[in-house]
Amino acid sequence: MSLVEFDNCCKIYKVGAFGSKRLTAVRDVSFDIGAGEVVSLIGESGSGKSTIGRMILRLSPVTSGQIRFKGTDVAPLKGDALKEYYRHAQAVFQDPFSSYNPIYRADRVFKLVKDAYFRGVPRDEWQRKLETSLEAVSLDPSQVLHKFPHQLSGGQLQRLLVARALLLDIEFLVADEIISMLDASTRIDVLNLLGDLKARGLGILFITHDLSLGNYISDRTVILRKGVIVEMGATEKVFGDPQHPYTQMLLASVPHLHHRWEDTEASWQAGDDAVEVDSHESTLVTLEPDHIVRREAA
Amino acid sequence: MALSVDDLRVYYRTLKGDVRAVDGVTFDIADGEIMGLAGESGCGKSSLGNSLVYLTGRMRLVGGRVELDGRELPVADFRAMNEHRFRDISVIPQYAMSALNPTRRIGGIIGDLLRSRGYRMDEIKSELIRRLELVGLDRGVLDLFPIELSGGMKQRTVMVISTLLDPSLLIADEITSALDVSTQKAVAKMLVEFREREFVKSMIVITHDISILVQVADTIMVMYAGHLAEKASAQTIIESPRHPYTKLLISSLPEVGVRYTERKLVGIPGIPPQLLDPPKGCRFADRCPLARAQCREECPPFVQVAEGHQVACWQEAA
Repeated sequence: MSLVEFDNCCKIYKVGAFGSKRLTAVRDVSFDIGAGEVVSLIGESGSGKSTIGRMILRLSPVTSGQIRFKGTDVAPLKGDALKEYYRHAQAVFQDPFSSYNPIYRADRVFKLVKDAYFRGVPRDEWQRKLETSLEAVSLDPSQVLHKFPHQLSGGQLQRLLVARALLLDIEFLVADEIISMLDASTRIDVLNLLGDLKARGLGILFITHDLSLGNYISDRTVILRKGVIVEMGATEKVFGDPQHPYTQMLLASVPHLHHRWEDTEASWQAGDDAVEVDSHESTLVTLEPDHIVRREAA
Repeated sequence: MALSVDDLRVYYRTLKGDVRAVDGVTFDIADGEIMGLAGESGCGKSSLGNSLVYLTGRMRLVGGRVELDGRELPVADFRAMNEHRFRDISVIPQYAMSALNPTRRIGGIIGDLLRSRGYRMDEIKSELIRRLELVGLDRGVLDLFPIELSGGMKQRTVMVISTLLDPSLLIADEITSALDVSTQKAVAKMLVEFREREFVKSMIVITHDISILVQVADTIMVMYAGHLAEKASAQTIIESPRHPYTKLLISSLPEVGVRYTERKLVGIPGIPPQLLDPPKGCRFADRCPLARAQCREECPPFVQVAEGHQVACWQEAA
């Protein structure tokens, strides 16, 4: 059984005056994430990738469909059951600087966890637990505890948030663009941290717009476009042998370090309009084990 | 030589003292050269770009000289610079999305701008429309408000406006960072196209994303904590960098094709120094695996190590 399963999830936002218009952010999304697996969710802005991350965390309700965590539908969870769910599923978001309250010291996030989940734990035992989890994210407790957010670097702040999640018995982590705000010299270490967590048996949903990062860390990849899955499967298959024209276009647009883009005419249409919008008639076709592509229905 | 910058120092005034964002920077840009300026956040790359066009209230020119096409550019004199801004030296700002006045139509904004430089809209309109079409916009955008354009369209509009008077130098500050990969590619290609068509003579492209620079730039200059680290052709920077910072930075970049399970990349430990009171030696010394005693005492000079390749490192200077 998979750790997390998305079963035909849809999300429709009401927009405009008095919710007069409807915007389908996510349409019929189904995939699953196993324990000890990093699945990257790749899409451009407006593709619904963050909405999916928010839905699994119950920050935003699903319009239709089901999200199951270890076989249990997460939608009806309330009170203690929801709190118990958050003991196992946690998230780290994009902007480390706005995830913290600048008035308080950064380690207050740990105290909040203690107050909510570990009230009875004695102080020195808590301190040991805290140090173990800081060690797991390669932070030196003396350098980061009792500091204010502005005294720490973005990478340190992001790692503190991961350490906070590790204090709980997490089994599933949503990493929503966690390194896009970090500098090149430090971002790779945070990315490697996800690899370490995976080795501990965590399931990770890695949401990104950067194909090279997704390719680097993930076991499986889901490519999302306008709320619809266009291609998914094992990372080496999706990146090595992309089948959907949209995936091919994305891969061709990625800037490489060692060679330049092929000399094609710069065209503004190359982006969005060159690839046909997938109509409702299209279906997902399994090409080979662990490689699924959206095709127009014949 | 289109641009020549000599020992430029620009500090930010704060209550605690001067923040030395650009601290003794010397470089040249040849005619027709697209120079990429790369570095981490807070290394002074945007401050350097901005200081060539517009010194904000807290920025102070402490020393140095800037020459554009053989004439000195009065960067410290706000009024005297008006003569040069937009006409000789122009900028595409970091947030092109918010560079447009939301209460005016695009055509109105451009008209105002041209009038302020003593041009009339109707003498330039045909060229304007030709250039808008080049970037894939039709003349209809002139009658639209900025809110009616998408992010990518605004970015393209600002690109056309900034280069309308064929400036000698264009500074493009992080213009691709907020865009999706497909739009990013189109914008980056258009920068090169603008140079080919001689809308601008030379360019400084500022970004933290080195892989974009490989696509567009002829040369890349790497900055670290207010100092120059290395300048060389784009290919040399990627394939045979000499400065330890550049080496470590390049080797930490993931590329499509590199997998965690096969080859684990490592970052650079530590963080850049505070520029309020920077260390007296090489500013990278604390994070540098090769640092020697000399590195902490004396600042390395920015010297030529090969044709068109300059490095600031004691390892190379010796």
